[in-house]
Amino acid sequence: MTLPEFFGCAFIAFGTPFAMFVFTIANDSIRIIILIAAAFFWLLSLLASSLLWFALVPIREYLWFGVIFSVLFQESFRYIIYRILRRTEQGLQAVSENPGVIENKHILAYVSGLGFGIISGLFSMVNLLADMSGPGTMGLKGGSDIFLITSATQALAMILLHTFWSVIFFNAFDINNYFHIVYVVVTHLFVSLITLLNANELYIATLLPNYIVLLATAALAFKVAGGSKTSLLRFIKCQ
Amino acid sequence: MDGHVGASTSSSRLNGSSGGEQRKQQNNYGSNEQVDGSILDVPNVVIRPARRRARSTDATIGARSEDGPRVPRELNPEELDEEVLKYGAQHVIKLFVPVSLCMLVVVATINSVKFYSTTDVYLLYTPFHELSPDPGVKFWNALANSLILMTVVVIMTILLIVLYKQRCYKIIHSWLILSSFMLLFIFSYLYLEEFLRAYNIPMDYPTTLLILWNFGVAGMMAIHWKGPLILQQGYLIFVAALMALVFIKYLPEWTAWAVLGAISVWDLIAVLTPKGPLRILVETAQERNEQIFPALIYSSTVLYTVLGAKSATTSDRVDVENIENGAEQSPQEAEGQATSSAGSASRTGNTNNVVNDDAAQAAEGMPLVTFKTNGNDAGFTEEWSESRVERVRSRQIEVQASNGQNANRSTHYRTTTTATETPQLEAQERGIKLGLGDFIFYSVLVGKASSYGDWITTIACFVAILIGLCLTLLLLAIWRKALPALPISITFGLLFCFATSAVVQPFMDSLSDKQVFI
Repeated sequence: MTLPEFFGCAFIAFGTPFAMFVFTIANDSIRIIILIAAAFFWLLSLLASSLLWFALVPIREYLWFGVIFSVLFQESFRYIIYRILRRTEQGLQAVSENPGVIENKHILAYVSGLGFGIISGLFSMVNLLADMSGPGTMGLKGGSDIFLITSATQALAMILLHTFWSVIFFNAFDINNYFHIVYVVVTHLFVSLITLLNANELYIATLLPNYIVLLATAALAFKVAGGSKTSLLRFIKCQ
Repeated sequence: MDGHVGASTSSSRLNGSSGGEQRKQQNNYGSNEQVDGSILDVPNVVIRPARRRARSTDATIGARSEDGPRVPRELNPEELDEEVLKYGAQHVIKLFVPVSLCMLVVVATINSVKFYSTTDVYLLYTPFHELSPDPGVKFWNALANSLILMTVVVIMTILLIVLYKQRCYKIIHSWLILSSFMLLFIFSYLYLEEFLRAYNIPMDYPTTLLILWNFGVAGMMAIHWKGPLILQQGYLIFVAALMALVFIKYLPEWTAWAVLGAISVWDLIAVLTPKGPLRILVETAQERNEQIFPALIYSSTVLYTVLGAKSATTSDRVDVENIENGAEQSPQEAEGQATSSAGSASRTGNTNNVVNDDAAQAAEGMPLVTFKTNGNDAGFTEEWSESRVERVRSRQIEVQASNGQNANRSTHYRTTTTATETPQLEAQERGIKLGLGDFIFYSVLVGKASSYGDWITTIACFVAILIGLCLTLLLLAIWRKALPALPISITFGLLFCFATSAVVQPFMDSLSDKQVFI
């Protein structure tokens, strides 16, 4: 039972991102490098927030504090990587085999967002996955038996959200749309803080709002990237 | 190459007038290269910007020669830079894949075969076993152990230099062959045994011997003689992974970390000191105009072509010729190639590359070898590199044959510029090289991190090492000289390893405990 659970949760959390990686990133070496660089920046932000959490011993027990700072650090590192990518755009253009990388500036945002998402999903899931593969499983002696599957679902939401956030965030700085910047930061805070309820096993109360936010963010990112109703319809009808 | 070739040709057309300039540049570059070579020793990332340059021009030449041979083809310096970077991105990936594979083998083994994550037997070089619980004592033990190991490394390097200076090639060769023999047979046997034990699979001795014999002989052939490139790469990766596992298994814990630090410092020193032993080795090699043991390195491309060309002429001369003559030289260099004009053009590209490589390589390869030797592990790579000459010779024929294919291919792509074909061609024409020692120590770092059972630390190390490698390659593109691949990556890796296991992991644990996502 543990092995199916392992594979099921792994595919729930990483199936979609993996497909996105394979179909949109893996063919272009420069995108792979940007993806890894974004992952590295996410690591730096995590390191910074962990250091802060670690240093403030008295409030280490209050997770919400760590969460808020972690979100702020992540967003500031997203801004840093935005600055770096925009500054090196010319260089990237030269480096990449595929001129499209710069032509459509959302590609860089998408790639770095996916990098953020994948590494954050990996970090939150990988140890759980290692435990999942056995010999024990959750829920036999207390604890919720849907602990693992909800974690995987939530991880998927976070990965996708990071991708969409990056698209919105990069574009917002390009066109100075402060509303979108605020939207990204606020929804990130909201999504992260609401997962605090998971500790009380209120999975519906966390997953449902998070997926609603995910859909809204996806729609916004789609619009920001130049999509419209007609283009969506055309896509569906394969025109 | 698809996009690139097109781009380079067009740019060359635009800048046709600046040909002289470019030539000069190339010449300079050539001279630089020699210096670089000497600098570059140890476990190096050897991307030769120079080579690449030459190549890009070569590619141009090839295309050109079809249209009308020997039109002055020029790229201005900036464009050249771009070319370099362009190829850089692909090369980075070409290194990422084998490095990741090597780490994957090590991490998977560490996690499934407990034999490799426990240390009960020790190497001769580490007389202090860190058995005391006192961290102070452990610290001194680790320091002493790593000092001893580094001393061995230095002594071996010097021994190699002396042997090389005295032209004792046979001794060096047999040394290399012996060590690769041991790795491929004895260590593989140990690995197989522990693997079977871990999965509780019974296997009789005849079967084991049969498997081992075939595996080992195939490996010896692929590494020292001839075989498909991919097989050779596979064996090199496996051998590096085996060596990394041996280090993880037999080095006491703190010593392993200390050795990682010391090795990267040694790497730096060997590169920075003007009178470093590796440098002497390289200079000697250049004096003799030979590529010494060019191959303690993983190469993403076929090197044989290069060698063949090289044997025909000395590298320096060839360089000059290439630059001057463009397409013309191809008949000279490519020995015994009778092919269509397209074929010769493409070949020219190859030979040029090759030649340049050689010069660079001779410089590079050597140090690497040295270093490896030092590391005791070295044997395999060195052997490989050493034997390369012979291998090359034997392969020449093959190369010729493949050249013919190439020619066809290249013509084809020129006309069509299909995406699928170009990559292949590229893969053959330009390569990137990374010392096997780099593979080993990267894998030691990641494997050691994963031996604590925490995947977060492992992933952090992995990402940090890849980023370090990226930065090294970037610096390479900027500075245009060979750099040691260990210092940046290992520093990043060590930093992230300790920071993650000490600070990040408790944070992430408490988060995932409560199912909080950030």
